[in-house]
Amino acid sequence: MNLKSTTSSISDFFYARPKLKYYLPQALTIFFIVFIFGYFSYNAQVNMDNRGIDFGLRFLGEESSFDIQFTPFVEYDGTKSYATAYLVGLINTIIVALIGIFFATILGVVIGISRLSPNYLIAKMSEIYIEIFRNVPLLLQLFFWYFAVLRTLPLPKDAINFFNLDVSFLSIKGLYVPRFIWTNGSLFLTSIIASLIIIFFLLKFFKKEQEQTGKQYPKFFISLTIITVLPFLTFLIGGVSLDFEYPELKQLSKTIYNFKGGISIIPELMALALALSLYTATFIAENVRAGIEGISRGQKEAAASIGLTPGQTLKLVVMPQALRIIIPPTTNQYLNLTKNSSLAAAIAYPDLVLVFAGTALMQTGRAIEIISITMLSYLSLSITISIFMNWYNKKIAIKEK
Amino acid sequence: MKKMFKHLFSFFAIFAVVMLVMGTESMAAKKSKTLKNTIKKGFVRCGVSQGLPGFSNADASGNWTGVDVDVCRAVAAAVLGDAGKVKFTPLSAKERFTALTAGEIDILSRNTTWTLSRDADIGLTFVGVNFYDGQGFMVRKASGITSTSQFKSGLSACVNIGTTTELNMRDFFTANGITYEPVVFEKADEVVAAYDSGRCDTYTTDKSGLAAQRTKLSNPDDHIVLPETISKEPLGPVVRQGDAVWEDIVRWSLNVMIEAEEYGINSSNADSMKTSKNPQIKRLVGAEGELGAALGLDNDWSLRIIKQVGNYGESYKRNIADTGILPTRGPNELWTKGGLLYVPPAR
Repeated sequence: MNLKSTTSSISDFFYARPKLKYYLPQALTIFFIVFIFGYFSYNAQVNMDNRGIDFGLRFLGEESSFDIQFTPFVEYDGTKSYATAYLVGLINTIIVALIGIFFATILGVVIGISRLSPNYLIAKMSEIYIEIFRNVPLLLQLFFWYFAVLRTLPLPKDAINFFNLDVSFLSIKGLYVPRFIWTNGSLFLTSIIASLIIIFFLLKFFKKEQEQTGKQYPKFFISLTIITVLPFLTFLIGGVSLDFEYPELKQLSKTIYNFKGGISIIPELMALALALSLYTATFIAENVRAGIEGISRGQKEAAASIGLTPGQTLKLVVMPQALRIIIPPTTNQYLNLTKNSSLAAAIAYPDLVLVFAGTALMQTGRAIEIISITMLSYLSLSITISIFMNWYNKKIAIKEK
Repeated sequence: MKKMFKHLFSFFAIFAVVMLVMGTESMAAKKSKTLKNTIKKGFVRCGVSQGLPGFSNADASGNWTGVDVDVCRAVAAAVLGDAGKVKFTPLSAKERFTALTAGEIDILSRNTTWTLSRDADIGLTFVGVNFYDGQGFMVRKASGITSTSQFKSGLSACVNIGTTTELNMRDFFTANGITYEPVVFEKADEVVAAYDSGRCDTYTTDKSGLAAQRTKLSNPDDHIVLPETISKEPLGPVVRQGDAVWEDIVRWSLNVMIEAEEYGINSSNADSMKTSKNPQIKRLVGAEGELGAALGLDNDWSLRIIKQVGNYGESYKRNIADTGILPTRGPNELWTKGGLLYVPPAR
């Protein structure tokens, strides 16, 4: 009896104060979160004090005094700071993530569509591929590509010479391709951007024309002409020229050879990008399949009945709708791929984990600082991808009018 | 009534055991949290490598052997009376210091180089040197390279992450104006596999490590260790900063092994040495003086180390010489025989 009256009085109490009812749980949640974080940081601080470890980010400015194998886009050597080493690691992580996402998407879409192919062999092959690659742990696949496959590549002296052109070579020490040396390269780049902008507006115009008058233009050929002719003109009249620096085989001792010059793509990057794309592509393929199968049969039949070819049906009717189903789970796969790239440490690809949370951590001993920075970096990368994909998702979502 | 007696009795029994445990604790044990915890747990928590023959390596049935392992066994013999009461935690070079400072292990005996920054910076204290080493290079015999002076720019070098090796290598190549490609792996096994497959032209680490890892290569005889030593690598056990008693126990457990060799005491003659005429020998086997008490241990602590683990020479012979890793003692010979092993007197 008593109990009943108290409960009702509590609910009465809140009923009379809707604002309090609204804010109290939120205030408690915030208090709880602050308390937990406060407690953890206090605890860490006490333990660090006890063990004579201080906390600070000053070490980032100190000389790193170690070298990194692969440092594209950033001038780096051991005389540079730990902050620069961090940047190298971060860029390497971004590079492998971008390459991985690019190939995983292409492969995933192709495999996903082929799985639904009426051709039995293609459909079955795609299914077998998916089942094999998504069910073997990624780390094992990574070791397989790195230690088993790439290791069967020849030594630099007997490198695979593509088409016997003496311009690019593949060996156990990596893929060597020519380096582009531009004169007035920025003008060339500007011309490409300019042509892209022109194409963008032309396509918009064509679409409007088609909607209003039904007139169709050869969009593809016009675009192709613009993007080839305009940059080509910069060569003829803009003073743009392109030279190549080819990789050259150098003998370092009786049996040791290595390539010099050109751009080297280290085998660690190849193995990592390969493993990440092949693995993630299986999940994307399943997303694509789910997206396409999620579109009702009637849509395809309707498209066929108005005379669209199967290709047009896929492009104009099925895909625009399927994308709405495909994009959200694919975002997850992009995030997974980015985070999985931290397995790089196992095969010596100098990513953020190997360089910063590895060597730098070891040399400075600043575990808490470095791991925090590393975690924040992955968090920022993931959030950036999420924001972009959410924007894209919104863009293609059904617009209620 | 009967039940109440039973309860009372068990209460007193527990009380008595607690009092007994507290009573037997010496002053030093009270002062040392690590010692207290070790006695309570009944085993020494020791961080070792993930497998480096001669230093710390587990056999198929999980038994750890090596000179680094023997340091931990000596501490277990001294503190707990049984050299077998050690729990080994294999650690990568990257994890090792964090594991120690975070309190997951109490001794780090993992071929770790004693440097100023490590000693001063990160809450660690080095207690001594159990192996004098230096960094070297291994190359394929067929390469025709017989000296580091033949190294040329463009070389790729396989190396383990998070080691002084990584820094020494850069110092060496930079000083000689050679550009090189460092291929950095997390585990020693992967470094060896990468070097073995031809990914790298040279493999660099401490020379003892090179000698030990060479045995893992598919064709050990096809490889040579170059004669040059590019760095000083005094390897030794490490403890957490701030527990002076524990630090002393580990330091003197190691020192006793070295000093026992100096005085000719070994695992088989230790007991008979109790009646030796030499007071220094008698002190080392606990027949004279009160050395144990100063460390918070009983007086047989050093005798147990010598009997159960052996002196340094025995440990070296068993783990490094007889396994064919490094047949000669080199700098790891006693100072009386032209080596570097010179420890303060145990008195």
